[in-house]
Amino acid sequence: MFSLDLLRDAVVLGVLLGCFYAAVSIGLSISFGLLDVPHVAHPAFLVLASYGVYLCNDQYDIDPLLAGLLIAPLFFLLGLVTYRLYYETFERRGSDAAVRGIAFFFGIAFIIEVLIILQFGVDQRSVTASYIGKAWRVGDLRIPIRQLVAFAVALALTVFLATYLSKTFMGRAIRAVAQDEEGLRLMGANPVRIKQFAFGIATAVLGIAGALLIIVAPVEPTLDRVYIGRTFCVVVMAGLGSITGTLIAAIILGVSESIVLTMFGASWAPAISFALLLGVLAVRPQGLLGR
Amino acid sequence: MQKSSIAFWCGAAVFLIVVLVLTQTIRNEYPFFAGYVILQFVVLAVAWSILGGYAGYVNFGTNAFFGVGVYTAVLLIKAFEAPLGVQIAVAAVIGSLLGFGVGLLTLRMRGIFFSIATIALAIIIETSVTNWRFVGGAAGIQLQRPPVMAPFDTYVKMLFFVQALLVVVAVATTRTIQNSRIGRGLQALRDDELAAECTGVPTLRLKLLACVISGALISAGGAPAAMYLQFANPESAFNLNYSVSVLAMSLIGGTAHWIGPVLGAVLLGATQQLLAVTISSEVNVLVLGIMLVVFVVGAPKGLIGLLRRAPSRIGDRK
Amino acid sequence: MNRRDVFGWATAAVMFGLMSGASAEEPPIKIGMSMPQTGGLAGGGKASLLGIEIWRDDVNAKGGLLGRKVELVVYDDKSSASETPALYAKLLDVDKVDLLFAPYATVPTAPIMPLVKQRGLLLMGNFSFQVNSKIHHDMWFNNAPWGPADSWANGFLTLGQKAGGKTVALLSSDQEFAQNIVTTARDVTKKIGLQVVFDQAYLPSTVEFSSIIRALNAAKPDIVFVASYPPDSAAILKAVNEIGVGDNVKIFGGAMVGLQFAAVMENLGSLLNGVVNYNTWLPEPSMYFDGTKEFFEKYTKRAIQAKVDPLGFYLAPYGYAMGQMIEEAINATKSLDQKALAKFIRENVHKTIVGPIAYAEDGEWKESATLEAQFRNVKDKNIDQFRSAGKQVIVFPDRLKTGDLVTPFEASRGN
Repeated sequence: MFSLDLLRDAVVLGVLLGCFYAAVSIGLSISFGLLDVPHVAHPAFLVLASYGVYLCNDQYDIDPLLAGLLIAPLFFLLGLVTYRLYYETFERRGSDAAVRGIAFFFGIAFIIEVLIILQFGVDQRSVTASYIGKAWRVGDLRIPIRQLVAFAVALALTVFLATYLSKTFMGRAIRAVAQDEEGLRLMGANPVRIKQFAFGIATAVLGIAGALLIIVAPVEPTLDRVYIGRTFCVVVMAGLGSITGTLIAAIILGVSESIVLTMFGASWAPAISFALLLGVLAVRPQGLLGR
Repeated sequence: MQKSSIAFWCGAAVFLIVVLVLTQTIRNEYPFFAGYVILQFVVLAVAWSILGGYAGYVNFGTNAFFGVGVYTAVLLIKAFEAPLGVQIAVAAVIGSLLGFGVGLLTLRMRGIFFSIATIALAIIIETSVTNWRFVGGAAGIQLQRPPVMAPFDTYVKMLFFVQALLVVVAVATTRTIQNSRIGRGLQALRDDELAAECTGVPTLRLKLLACVISGALISAGGAPAAMYLQFANPESAFNLNYSVSVLAMSLIGGTAHWIGPVLGAVLLGATQQLLAVTISSEVNVLVLGIMLVVFVVGAPKGLIGLLRRAPSRIGDRK
Repeated sequence: MNRRDVFGWATAAVMFGLMSGASAEEPPIKIGMSMPQTGGLAGGGKASLLGIEIWRDDVNAKGGLLGRKVELVVYDDKSSASETPALYAKLLDVDKVDLLFAPYATVPTAPIMPLVKQRGLLLMGNFSFQVNSKIHHDMWFNNAPWGPADSWANGFLTLGQKAGGKTVALLSSDQEFAQNIVTTARDVTKKIGLQVVFDQAYLPSTVEFSSIIRALNAAKPDIVFVASYPPDSAAILKAVNEIGVGDNVKIFGGAMVGLQFAAVMENLGSLLNGVVNYNTWLPEPSMYFDGTKEFFEKYTKRAIQAKVDPLGFYLAPYGYAMGQMIEEAINATKSLDQKALAKFIRENVHKTIVGPIAYAEDGEWKESATLEAQFRNVKDKNIDQFRSAGKQVIVFPDRLKTGDLVTPFEASRGN
């Protein structure tokens, strides 16, 4: 069933979806893109954040976006701790560490997934808010407001982080430590502290992204598996370390998924991000705007 | 070398005879139902460690090879009513082809990129099978077993024995690789790929070989699962739990020697079965995750590393 | 021997007598099953289980079966097909149960059919659809009012045709139940001359339906037939509410599981209006038989305590009926022999609280009793409104009708 209208709708929604994917991937752009941490547990933290938002919304009737802002500081601390543990155990110890580092994060991801199941069960959870369930009419296209909300927040987040990393002192220190750690140390700054701080920020961003995740669609404990593909696809396609690249890459992914979903059916959707990822890895591993 | 070979093959023969005797003497089917899973994990863990342990390439697509094994069997059953032996053999061939493809595609990828690429391939394969109506699509497919052959009185007991045979095949293959030039080449590759290449180690060929053999064995280990459950669906056949379990078992056991994955698989597999019966299948996965993290952080050489350290406290023994 | 010795021996003798008396009491009859108590089907599974438990308590109050108490051994299969083969192997070989009940719904039941056929075991089905069609097990007795395979889709589609519909959109989840049902729907469209303009299956894990509904709308169907499980049924209706289906759609619904669970109905509220969907039991006069009223009194009390579906219309009475049939068979054949029980169930008409039940060759009911009802005037956040008539108007079959179909779909929603 091909029609230009349908295609146009798919593209518009794809852009909205893409910005949402950018929001959930930015954290990884920092932790993996800039800091080289093989953070496969990133999507698991994301889902954990969304359950945190669910708790706030369900028990205390807090608006999900507000809840996201509230748990962000908690996730910042979580990020600090995680990085310290990772650094002490792996980054210091050399050769074998690469394999074990990946295994470590896979283990963490699984533990988080199971703990969520044990606490909340396998059922889907969703949040309620005034903007969920309504749609905005533009011509004969009806856009669900929740997707517009996710789009707006995601855009704001991207702009904020890009500015932070290029204009503030700490932000530039983070970019510096990614490029030349030795040089930074020679100048008297402590690279480990800086990296730890950066990882904390990346994880705090996940707090807000988690809110977006549960606003856009219901969540369930195994959702992290699907998002491994999407987030790594975006980060690799963007080129490691580029925040603006993340936005562009995410939009490309969003639009591709949306078109395939509408034109070819839902059952091929999970494979899109991975196929794109493989393609990028094989053809242009440094991504669009890479380091 | 000769003496240890004889010892090994005697051990293997004794193992098979014991398994056969068990199937003839124990009446209740459940020990075989649970035991099958443990043996299956031994095959998978040992096969995985060829690529993951010796070469150091963390394959996270074990579930893809396993699922391919299951669905090759499903296809053969549905189209030709093929016997179990044929199912396993063809699955091994398909697995080796897939391994070759994976190896080629990921030629230049290292470390985490290789691992992510294997996940990507796994999902793509799973999605393709999900869209394939003939083998049941996402809904899955019911399978009926053919009548069982003597000397086994139930099909599950026969599958238990077949899986024991596969264990011997997998372990023998891995042991041969470990003790040969291939094994040493893989270890050189793992320690420093660039240096190995400079000293003339054919890294590309070795990587491809490891992928092919590992893939073939994993798919072969997965093929009998179709008849074991009498039902197959993409969600269970391609479950990511297989990848995590096998990774955990190999790393926990220790990857330096083939005995590591065997130990890890037996220990973790048995724990899993016990927990699944007594508590729940979730706690099962939780224990796996925790043990993986604990061992990866605290005991990097795995169980064999811990066991090797112990005698040196008493006195030096080589 | 002094008095103390005599007393000691007497005590010992009494104890011995008591103990042998205790061991002479028969072991309980164990009925094993898995039941979805978590996951998408849990809303139904828990209600079904409560119905079965009420039957167990009634039977034990009467003295049990064959002089033995009835005990249920239940595991949670999490609404998943992957759990059941191992759970049923456990029930048979570790718990050593005497009889098997199937889990609620098609998806968890389909995987165990080869197992029970191979072992020659009786299996009482619980609301599965066509799980036996490829296995042909002769000891399978489904407990659901579907009857002949295509009667379900036939009811819905002929309603649509009578309202003037000529084109059909088929939307189904890619799992055993929905695929079985949508296959029958395709056959019916050929038989009665409807044109299929949209036919898509989505992954069971899909949570976002706006793109799919948009594509469906682009095909401009008159009739929309949906086969879905509880989480997707709710998500589909939410998407329909957000972006609409177009004014040409005359009838929407058909085989959406979950719109019968009290929790889902309360959650969706007015989003249900206009949807025409199947149901099994509704509080209409023609649906009361011997014991039905008493059952619902017991059920309502226990359901509120156990925090389970407070209405219990859809599944609970059928769980009770399952027990009634097995009770009748065991008492009549005075044994637990699987073959003898199967023969009895096959050859007799059974009186239950949901009416008389007779089985055809394939283990389904001889006559279909599936209702199609249209949701009308449903308000948000009110569960008790469903206890009174008029909220789910029966529009099919004619012999149980309580109202006419209101069409087109968007108009009937009050939009």
